[in-house]
Amino acid sequence: MTSLDTRTPLAAKTIANYGRPLWRRWLLSRESAVIVAVILVWVVASGVVPYFGTTTTLGFLLLDATPILMIALPMTFVIITGEIDLSVASTLGLSSVMLGVLTKGGVPIELAMIVCLVVGLLAGAVNGFLVTVVGLPSLAVTIGTLALFRGIAVGLLGTTAITTFPPFWQNLAQARFGLTGIPVVMVLVVVLIVIFALVLHFTPFGRGLFALGLSKDTAAFSGVKVNRAKFIAFLLTGLIAALAGIYWTLRYGSARGDNATGLELSVIAAVLLLGGVSIFGGKGAMHGVVAGVLLLGVLQSALRLANVSSDAINIIIGALLIVSVLSPRILAWARRLRPSVARQRK
Amino acid sequence: MLFQTSSKRSVTRALSLTAAAITLALVATGCAASTGGSSTSGPSGAKNYKIAFLPKQLGNAYFDTSDKGGAAAIKEFNGTYSEVGPATAAANAQVSYINTLTQQQVGAIVLSANDPTALGSALTQARAAGVKIVTYDADTDAKYRDIFVNQATAEGIAKIEVDLITKEIGDKGDIAILSATANAANQNAWIELMKKDLAANHPNVKLVDVVYGNDDDQTSFDKTAALLQTYPNLKGIISPTTVGVAAAARYLSTSSFKGKVALTGLGTPNQMRDYVNNGTVTAFALWNPADLGYLASYAAKALIDGTITGKEGDSFKAGKLGTFKVGANGTVLLGAPYTFDKSNIAKFNF
Repeated sequence: MTSLDTRTPLAAKTIANYGRPLWRRWLLSRESAVIVAVILVWVVASGVVPYFGTTTTLGFLLLDATPILMIALPMTFVIITGEIDLSVASTLGLSSVMLGVLTKGGVPIELAMIVCLVVGLLAGAVNGFLVTVVGLPSLAVTIGTLALFRGIAVGLLGTTAITTFPPFWQNLAQARFGLTGIPVVMVLVVVLIVIFALVLHFTPFGRGLFALGLSKDTAAFSGVKVNRAKFIAFLLTGLIAALAGIYWTLRYGSARGDNATGLELSVIAAVLLLGGVSIFGGKGAMHGVVAGVLLLGVLQSALRLANVSSDAINIIIGALLIVSVLSPRILAWARRLRPSVARQRK
Repeated sequence: MLFQTSSKRSVTRALSLTAAAITLALVATGCAASTGGSSTSGPSGAKNYKIAFLPKQLGNAYFDTSDKGGAAAIKEFNGTYSEVGPATAAANAQVSYINTLTQQQVGAIVLSANDPTALGSALTQARAAGVKIVTYDADTDAKYRDIFVNQATAEGIAKIEVDLITKEIGDKGDIAILSATANAANQNAWIELMKKDLAANHPNVKLVDVVYGNDDDQTSFDKTAALLQTYPNLKGIISPTTVGVAAAARYLSTSSFKGKVALTGLGTPNQMRDYVNNGTVTAFALWNPADLGYLASYAAKALIDGTITGKEGDSFKAGKLGTFKVGANGTVLLGAPYTFDKSNIAKFNF
């Protein structure tokens, strides 16, 4: 069986898929599968896991998912262009430390927040510059800045923590809407989701990101400003990571150099594996990413409430991630074995 | 047409596969949880003796030992013990576990805090829901918990170190200290207290130098070598840090000074076992983590019973350890540090 043989039906299938009405393509997409999975896990967990089906659970779950959800949005942009940004958790930590150091030094917190966002933009600009202007691979660049930004963050504060922030902002970071359990911060998150989804799917810039991820040269010939688009994507991850850093600091009331260490892996797992965005670029959708993050959050929350140990939770989630990557391939393989398909290919 | 149906089927199949897998996982764990849950309404009656240990991280031998001690105590009063915690020592991960335990309506959480304040709001919510909070090993700000079970005081640590070394060198001669970093607050406080104790009670023992191994194994090893060369009359070394004392013991055990220069400090049995057994080190000190967990469990029980509230002067019984009094700031002291030597080291694994 040559590689050409295996690819032909897939290509034909893609065309066939686009020949169908929008609502049917929408319904049968991978993204819908993830959304259904979120609902299914929620319903099952509410039934079998004690204390899961409560507004308190919903509130904690959303609070925990917020930083991942925020960063996943610009990360989707970056990954769709075929690049990756591993430095986001370090940028988050750096922003957190900056907020602590500045407010401790007497800077009003509103001003300190703006400085943090500027620091985030700068961090994104460093990544963007090295990837687009210097032309280095983003994987190498952002592994470097992962260490660099974290190093600066830890260097600024050492092992100490800054823990005094205005109570108004701290309360806002974890306030809920009455008895619904829904955190107030979700307003900001929903606004961000809407903006990022609109930009990605309904603007020339966003469509350009897809084109760029599929083929850089074709995109360039079609009038996409390749380097500018990538640079903007990295600026956005830096900016939103810094925003998540502000939220993180206020929610936990603690600015530490090691805040959110390792969070980049949760973000990337949610975007790539569950969210259905392709690591090779050019493929993905915002509703899939949001559903991917929520699926991760719902699963973790349900398993924790079911008294599953943290090691077992990691094993279950890791296995599910692998299954989610493998399942399309296994299904494609199974399809090729079916007699009807084999006959068709003759 | 063919592609359409096959792709439709495959998506349906993908969906049902994922759904089945997830449902299976959840039902399996859910069943396990509910059987675990049914035993909680066991023989303890009206009081909610569901006590959960939340260490800094799981899979750490120190916390394995302390939490086993806690479990033993809980068994004595027919409560339900559980241990949850993150795989890495991160403060925000503990927040999720505190929230989860609050929802599960445990009677008390026994916590070693990864951050003194980051857990604050989660703990405040837990207490508002009636959960008692006992910290052990590492405290939070006093306003977030009911009681802190303190493993040792600075005075206690300084005293046992001086007592051990002076006894071993015959209360006469030169000694030196191998500390952690020059600005380590804990170690500096202990060293000041040791100096006072030496001046007041051991006039023939002279502290000739304090050197810093930066809690780095190789640096501590090198500093030990330098100390022994600089001070040929050195009789003893105190290293009040687990890294330092193990590195110094490694140096001594392979040098001609073995058995001639005494070494003591704060160490863990697993790191020091070989050196105690081969005679390099006679005795060293630390607290007994099993007793720490045991005491924390009884403190949680007393809080659940309502016999104490955590205010100064409260007292409660803690099984085989006897009666304890709550001190200032809601702190209960485990007692004098525990001395490990050849006779007892085999009993410990942490």
